[in-house]
Amino acid sequence: MRSSILQTATRYLLPILLLFSVFLLLRGHYYPGGGFVGGLVASIAFVLHSFANGTDASMKLLGRKPLSLLPIGLGIAAFSVVLPMFWGLPPMTGLWLKGTFPIVGSLGTALFFDLGVYLVVVGVVLTILFTISLTDD
Amino acid sequence: MLLTVLAGFITSIFIIPFGKILKSKWSVLLMALPVVLFLYYTRLIPHISSGGNLLESTPWIPSLGVNLDFRLDGLSLLFALLITGIGIAIYFYARTYLKGHPYFDRFFGYLSLFMSAMLGMVLADNMLLLFIFWELTSISSFFLIGFNNTEPGSRKSAITALSVTGLGGFFLLAGLILLGNIAGTYSISELIHSRDVIIGHPLYPLVLGLLFMGAFTKSAQFPFHFWLPGAMKAPTPVSAYLHSATMVKAGIYLLARFSPVLGNTPEWSYPLMIVGGFTMLFAAYHSLLRTDLKSILAYSTISALGILTFLLGIGTREAVIAASVFILVHALYKAALFLITGIIDHETHTRDITQLSGLRKVLLPVALAGLLAALSSAGVPLSFGFIGKDLIYEATLHTPSSWIFILTTLALITNICLVAAGFMAGIKPFAGPLPEPFKKIHLPYTSMWLPPLILALGGILLGIMPDYAGSLFSLQAANAIFGADTQLHLKIWHGFNTVLVLSLVTLAAGTFIYMINKPGKERLNFVKKLNHLSPEYIMGKSVDAFFRFSEWYTGKFHNGYLRSYHLQIILFAEALLAYKLWLSGPIEIDFFSLAMLSVYEVAIVAILIGALIMMLTTRTRLTAVVSMSVIGYCICLMFVFYSAPDLAMTQFTIDTLTTVLFVLVLYKLPPFLNLGTKKERYRDIAVSLIFGIILCMVALQAHHEPIVTATSNFYGDAAYTEAKGKNVVNVILVDFRGIDTLFETVVLSIGAIGVYNLLRLRLKPSEKE
Repeated sequence: MRSSILQTATRYLLPILLLFSVFLLLRGHYYPGGGFVGGLVASIAFVLHSFANGTDASMKLLGRKPLSLLPIGLGIAAFSVVLPMFWGLPPMTGLWLKGTFPIVGSLGTALFFDLGVYLVVVGVVLTILFTISLTDD
Repeated sequence: MLLTVLAGFITSIFIIPFGKILKSKWSVLLMALPVVLFLYYTRLIPHISSGGNLLESTPWIPSLGVNLDFRLDGLSLLFALLITGIGIAIYFYARTYLKGHPYFDRFFGYLSLFMSAMLGMVLADNMLLLFIFWELTSISSFFLIGFNNTEPGSRKSAITALSVTGLGGFFLLAGLILLGNIAGTYSISELIHSRDVIIGHPLYPLVLGLLFMGAFTKSAQFPFHFWLPGAMKAPTPVSAYLHSATMVKAGIYLLARFSPVLGNTPEWSYPLMIVGGFTMLFAAYHSLLRTDLKSILAYSTISALGILTFLLGIGTREAVIAASVFILVHALYKAALFLITGIIDHETHTRDITQLSGLRKVLLPVALAGLLAALSSAGVPLSFGFIGKDLIYEATLHTPSSWIFILTTLALITNICLVAAGFMAGIKPFAGPLPEPFKKIHLPYTSMWLPPLILALGGILLGIMPDYAGSLFSLQAANAIFGADTQLHLKIWHGFNTVLVLSLVTLAAGTFIYMINKPGKERLNFVKKLNHLSPEYIMGKSVDAFFRFSEWYTGKFHNGYLRSYHLQIILFAEALLAYKLWLSGPIEIDFFSLAMLSVYEVAIVAILIGALIMMLTTRTRLTAVVSMSVIGYCICLMFVFYSAPDLAMTQFTIDTLTTVLFVLVLYKLPPFLNLGTKKERYRDIAVSLIFGIILCMVALQAHHEPIVTATSNFYGDAAYTEAKGKNVVNVILVDFRGIDTLFETVVLSIGAIGVYNLLRLRLKPSEKE
C-alpha cells in the first residue's frame, strides 16, 4: 500500500535532503557536519524514497547497486591518502589548493577523503537496508 | 644471486596463468629452471673452492634491518649445488612420474617455490631473512606432502609436518631474535666477531635451546622425528627431494652455519651428541623393522640426520670434515634410492619388500642404480660412502679417550643397521626369482630411470676420485662449519688401521643382518604395541585434548545467542571498571560543586525514564522499538544541551536508521515470546543495575578528577594551523586520525558485503545440509 501523501512529500523531500547532505559534507571542515553524517542523511533520503515508492523504484533511481558505491568510495578515500606520495610527501599529508572557492572554502585532499567516507556510508547503509527489504522468505 | 633465488618464485607465479600450456609438451621449459641454476652455481665452484666468497646486498626493509643480504661460501655452495643438482634429477623424473596428473602444473609451482625458498635459506646472510625462507620451506613442504589432497591420510600427514616444523619455526624465530639482540647484529657473517659476548651471555643456553628446537623439528630428531615417516605420503619425487636430500637438512645447515659462532662449548656439544646419538641409533634400528620401502628409507634418513647432528655436536676437526662429506654422500645415495622406490611403486603398485623380488630381470638399469646406491650407502670400498663412513669412525676415534668407546660403538651399531637397511631398499627388490605378476612390467621412460642412475653413479665416481670431491665441494664447506682451516684431504686408502677394521666389521655385520633380517607383520605388531609410548601418540593425544578444550570453550562463550554475548560483554566491563574504581580509592562526591538541574534536563530525563519503563513492560515488539528510539532521541537532546552538535547529528540519523531497520525486519521475526525464566530476569536486572551504578560512579569520579586539557588544546590549535579546519571533530576524523577512519570504512564495507552475501545466499536444495 502506497501513501500518496508520503509519495508527494518525498518527491520534494528527496532533493532537499540530498542537497542538505552535500551541504553537511562540504561544511564539515569548518562547522558541524562531515562525510559520515552527510552520508547518513543521504541514505535516509533514499530510505524515505523506498518507503514511499518501494525499494525497486529507489534502486532504479539510484541507477546502480548500492554495493557498487563501496569500491568507488574506498577508491576515492584511498586515492586522497596516496596522492601526496606523488609529490614525495608521506601518505595522508593534507594538500590544499591555493586560494579560496565559493561555498567550499579551501579545497584540499581532506574533502576528497570525506567524499569517500560519504559514499561508503551511503553504500553500506543502503546495501544493508535494501538487501533486507528485498529478501523474502 | 638474488635473481637465482627469485627465479623459482617467478616461475611458480608464471605457472598460475600459463599452467595449462605448461601441462603439455611445453613442460620441458620448466626443466630449464634447475638446469640454469645448477650451471650458475657450478660456474662459481672455482672461485669458492679457492677460498673466496661472494656477497650481495639489496635493500629491502632497511628500517627493520632486514635486507636481502646473500652470501655464498663453501657451505652455502655445497647446499646450493645439492639443491639445484638433485633438483634437475627430480624435475626430469617428476615430469614423467606425474604425466597427465590433473595438478601437474600445481606440483611444479610448489616445487619451484620450494627450491627458491631452500636456495634463499642457504644463501641468506641475515638471520631474519633466513627465518623467512625457513618458514617458506615448511609451507611448500606442507603443500607437497598434502599433494594428493583427496586422501585423508595425506592431509593429516601434511598438517602434522606443518605443525611440528611450524612449532620449531616459532622457537627458531625467538632464538634468532634473542641472538641478534645479544650480538647487536642480524648479519650472520658478522656474528663471528661477537662470539665471546654471545657465549658469555647469561641467555646463551636459552638461545641454544631455541635454535636446537628449530633444528631438531626440521631435521626430524627424536622426539620430533615422527613427522618424517608421515611425510612419505607425498609423491615419491617430493620424498626424495625434500624429505631426504634437501629440506630435512635445513636443520643440519642451521647447526653447521652457527657452529663457529655458538659451537664448541659443553652446552652446545652434549645436547647435540645425546639427541643425535639417540636418534641415529633409534631410527637405524627402526628401519630394520619396516616392510614398506619408503618407510625403511624414511627411518634411515632420520638416522643419517642423527649422525650429522651427532657429528656437529662432537665438533672436532675430524667430526666437521666427516659431516661435510657425509651430507653429500647421503644426499646422493638417498635421493637415488627414493627415486628407485618411486619407479618400483609406479610399475608394480606395491612397496612391500616382502612381495618384491627379482625385478632386475625387467628393470635392469634401475637395478643397477639400486645396487650402486646401496653399495655407497653401505660404504663398500671405492664408493663415496666408504669415505664418508671412514670419516665418521675417524671422528669418533678422535674424541677424548673416555668417550672413544661409547661413541664408536654407537656409530658402529648405527652404521651396521644402515648397511642392512640400504641393502633392503636397494638390492632386495631386485634379487631372487621374479614372481609371475611382475613379468609384464616394462622399463619406464629413460627420464625416470636415468636420474637415479646418474645420482648413484655420482656416488661411485666421487668415491674413486675423493681428492677431487674433497677439494671442490667439502673443503670449503668444512672450513665454514669449523670456522678455521680444516686441511681436509680425502684419500681412498688410509693404510691398514682401526678405521679400516671398523669399516669391514660394519660391512660384514650389516650384510649378515640383511641376510637374517626377515621383516614382517609380527615385527610391526610388536612396534605397534609400544605405540602409546611414542611421541607421535602423545602429541596426537594432546592435540585431541586441545581440540576438546577449545570446543568446550567455544561452546561456552560463543554459543550463538546475542543475549549471552551481551551478558558476557557487560559483565566483563563491570569487572574491569569495578576493579579500576576500587584501585582509585575512596570516591569523594562534592554535591555542592555540581551544576543545578535545568527544566529541560528534568523533562528529558522524565521522558527517558518513561520510555524505558514502557520498553521493559510492553508485550509488543513495535512499542518496544518505538520506545527505544524515544530513548535514543532523548540522548541526542542531551548532546545538544551539552554542545556536542556533531555527536547529536550522528546519533539522530543513526537512531532513525536503526528504527527503520527494526521496522524492516519486524514482521519477519517470530511472535514475541518471553523465553527467560524468572531467575534469569532477576539476574539480568541485577547486572544492569550494577552496570548503571558503576557508570554513575565513574561519571562522578571523573567530575572530581582534575581536567587535563593538553590533548584537546593540541587538537584545537593544530586543527586550524596545520589542517586548515575549524571543526576539530571532523579534522581529527579526516586528517589526524585519517588512517583509522579509512580502515573503519573498510570494516563497514566488509560488514555490508557480509550482510549482502548472507541474505543473497541461495543454497541449492542439495547444498542444504
